[in-house]
Amino acid sequence: MREWADFTIAESEDGTRNVVLSGPLVVSSVGQLDAALRGTDERFARIDLSQVEEVDTIGAWTVWRLARETGADITGASDKAQRLIAAIHRNELDEPDHAKGGAILSPEGLVASTGRAVIAYFDGMVKFLSFLGALISALATLIRHPGRMRWTSLVRQFDLVGVRALPIIGLMSFLVGIVIAQQGAVQLEQFGAEIYTINLTGRLSFRELGVLMTAIMVAGRSGSSFAAQLGTMKLTEEIDAMRTIGVSPMEALVVPRVLACTFMMMVLGFYAAILSIIGGAFISMYLLDIPFWTFLTRIQEVVPDHDLWVGLIKGPVFGLIIAMAGCYQGMQVEGNSEQVGLKTTIAVVQAIFAVIVLDAFFAVFFTEVGWG
Amino acid sequence: MSSSARPDDFPIVVEGLTTAFGDHVIHRDLDLKVRRGEILGVVGGSGTGKSVLMRSIIGLQPVEHGNIEVLGEAIVGEHADDEIDIRSRWGVLFQGGALFSTLTVAENIEVPLREFYPEISPALRREIARYKVMLSGLPDEAADKYPSELSGGMKKRAGLARALAMDPELLFLDEPTAGLDPIGAAAFDKLTRELQETLGNTVFLITHDLDTLYEICDRVAVLADKRVIAVGTIPELLALDHPWIQEYFNGPRGRAASAARSRAKAMDKSADRGA
Repeated sequence: MREWADFTIAESEDGTRNVVLSGPLVVSSVGQLDAALRGTDERFARIDLSQVEEVDTIGAWTVWRLARETGADITGASDKAQRLIAAIHRNELDEPDHAKGGAILSPEGLVASTGRAVIAYFDGMVKFLSFLGALISALATLIRHPGRMRWTSLVRQFDLVGVRALPIIGLMSFLVGIVIAQQGAVQLEQFGAEIYTINLTGRLSFRELGVLMTAIMVAGRSGSSFAAQLGTMKLTEEIDAMRTIGVSPMEALVVPRVLACTFMMMVLGFYAAILSIIGGAFISMYLLDIPFWTFLTRIQEVVPDHDLWVGLIKGPVFGLIIAMAGCYQGMQVEGNSEQVGLKTTIAVVQAIFAVIVLDAFFAVFFTEVGWG
Repeated sequence: MSSSARPDDFPIVVEGLTTAFGDHVIHRDLDLKVRRGEILGVVGGSGTGKSVLMRSIIGLQPVEHGNIEVLGEAIVGEHADDEIDIRSRWGVLFQGGALFSTLTVAENIEVPLREFYPEISPALRREIARYKVMLSGLPDEAADKYPSELSGGMKKRAGLARALAMDPELLFLDEPTAGLDPIGAAAFDKLTRELQETLGNTVFLITHDLDTLYEICDRVAVLADKRVIAVGTIPELLALDHPWIQEYFNGPRGRAASAARSRAKAMDKSADRGA
């Protein structure tokens, strides 16, 4: 059991009131005592410490504060207590603690916070534009001086973003293909048109789902890791160190990631579409009795060439967006570790959102230009 | 807290400690006893495992064999996240300060208080935090700053303030003066000594700073050859004929620190005479 510090209020002969403290006066025991005596209106003549067994700085602080608040003298203090109280006295805190923060829900506060949000929004736009500019100029420099390209780093990013994503994206796409074919078949059967399951699976995989699902997966896998990596490097001043050595972080860190992500999204999108069609073929074998190879041959006949191009154009654009969001947010990290988490989240959310908005735009655009 | 009440006068006892990272042995059969109420300086070349020794003592480093007792409790074999009780009785200042970067300095100091003594009212907790900020020699406004807004020296002081939050019986300081300017380092030494005298705690101090050793350490433990080769006051250590100790204290820096020490003493004496 813990021992608590205790107090009694005693009236002395001359009519003054004294507080007698007892028990240990240490960090583990003063909590209740302080709660009971804090903010009291009473005036005491003396605070008697003669029955106190032990004291530490926190106990001494409590006594000192009580003495100041009630105008009491401290008596009966042991050597150690005297020493500790004297130490507090030396460092006396002059003004009482100032309250932190202002009103948040007042009308002024609302206007102010709206204003701040708008300013922050435009601030962010300017920053993003300058990031884009720096990226383009870094790319231009690298085109003029290809010798400065970090090939090792680029290949490593190809590996991280592309090759290592193959199993998970393959499995995901295979399952998505199964779902499209199975659900499509159920609906089309009602018209006796289940043979169109092949068209549905093939065209949807190439045009939309292959590349879109891949973009979401890459944003979660690589976009987040870009933001977290660069953010941590920013915190540990590695990026500043690179600058002082004369290595441009844009060239060394951002360009390889952006290039790798852009190129790999194209390849992965195509790969995902193929796996998705294989998934469709696989389920059609059982559900519709369409032989596996017949399914694949029919795909070649029913899927127009431009569907392939739609996927191959969208992929790199999505990859570029994901990599830029990740790298940009990573470079915005400042101050503390919480920022790394925050910026990583923002990077992924922004990337996926932008990808979906752009996908809607592409869908309309390609239909309008006759690639429907 | 009172110095003579306890039967064990050695708050830290390390016996036959062996630690290793894989095949790389850091300590072999290391023995060390720290006396109650002293400031023990721990020195040794880079990579001799000073920090590892500290981490072993506070239970962060798995130990191959050996016994470690801190305040009468065994540390070896306990899980790193257990033994809450003993953790409230020591304070640790890590090399980089290790402040929680998302909390202000005052909130950092409040963390251990909140953790161990939830019954302390927020107002008192806040006052204690501000008091500790003052005690560690930081300006009052530093209390509401985030660690990233502080200079290196201020981070160290803030780390010390957090280590002192609970009035620990044991204080572990890992290179407190490394990276500070000479004036800041001297002030930090003085602060350590003053706090030790006021609070009466035991200090385990890892350092490379010879001035610190001369100024504030009661005894010095020398780590070499994977163990503590000697513990004693600096004159005692100098009497030993160990080459590393001789080189350490009699190298150019060692002599400079020693000379500065005797100059300061001489000045004190003449000042006394003048008065």
